[in-house]
Amino acid sequence: MNRAVRGVRAFGLFWWDFIVGDDWRIAAGVIVALGLTAALARTSVPTWWLMPVAVALLLGTSLWRSVRSSDNS
Amino acid sequence: MTYLMRDFLLVLAVFVACVVESVEALTIVLAVGVTRGWHATMRGVAAGLATLAVIVAALGPALTVIPINALRLVVGGLLLIFGLGWLRKAILRGAGFKALHDEDAIFQRQREAAEHAEHTGLFGDSYSFTLAFKGVLLEGLEVAFIVLTFGANQSNIPLAAVGAVAAVLLVTGVGIAIRAPLARVPENSLKFVVGVLLTSFGIFWGVEGAGGSWPGSDAALIGIIAFVLGGALAAVAGLRRLHDERSARARVDAPPVATVQS
Repeated sequence: MNRAVRGVRAFGLFWWDFIVGDDWRIAAGVIVALGLTAALARTSVPTWWLMPVAVALLLGTSLWRSVRSSDNS
Repeated sequence: MTYLMRDFLLVLAVFVACVVESVEALTIVLAVGVTRGWHATMRGVAAGLATLAVIVAALGPALTVIPINALRLVVGGLLLIFGLGWLRKAILRGAGFKALHDEDAIFQRQREAAEHAEHTGLFGDSYSFTLAFKGVLLEGLEVAFIVLTFGANQSNIPLAAVGAVAAVLLVTGVGIAIRAPLARVPENSLKFVVGVLLTSFGIFWGVEGAGGSWPGSDAALIGIIAFVLGGALAAVAGLRRLHDERSARARVDAPPVATVQS
């Protein structure tokens, strides 16, 4: 791997680590939940409840995965 | 919610978040400065701050010309991702499933690494320079991000900057006064509070940015903070009970320790 490719790769990894962190599913879930909220906002249905519910589910499942992985280690 | 209350919450959120970042940066700077001297270390700090100033000057205007709802959506999403990450780790640490972030251990690691590195380079001691530069730039970027995003979302970057400057001055003052490991600062508690605040602001701005609206407008933020805080505290309590049960079971299941005959 040449130096330029390594540099680009390191740059990408830095930002991935900086933004996404340990659990990529949280980032993916937040994007999906915001997309659903935006879609719901185009209808007459109230949208405010969706993100708190999504956050509770995302955090709960992420914590559960961590606890289970500590079980297996 | 009154403007005064809203401004207070803004300064508080920025202040607490920036205290955490400043403590991390200061730990690195102290470790390198104490073991290898302050000359190159302070040059690294200065270079890091200068680079940071250029980045903030370049990004600040760019952030504020973005349409406010698009900004809220992007920033809300990022804050949620950061906040949930912090909160997740703080809950796992609080419950005993993850080791507490130990500033003493970090200080010791930085110190050992610093003592084994070579004293060479353009800045007299490139190792000290680079470590201090990296520490200040990375943590400073996070401070700048918090100030610009929180401030731009409430159209009050100067007020957010006041919270950040107060935090940096406070931690710097404390660091100068003690010049020792910062283990006395209850870092996990700070991270827990920051995680709750980032997540709450992220939920609030994310919904507004996506085109939704909150019942009670800005006052909903207090309800969101209470919801996130309550959920996080319940998670810590539930997981701590689970951790204690597992530990007790492991002790019962463990084979008896063999005694050595002398």
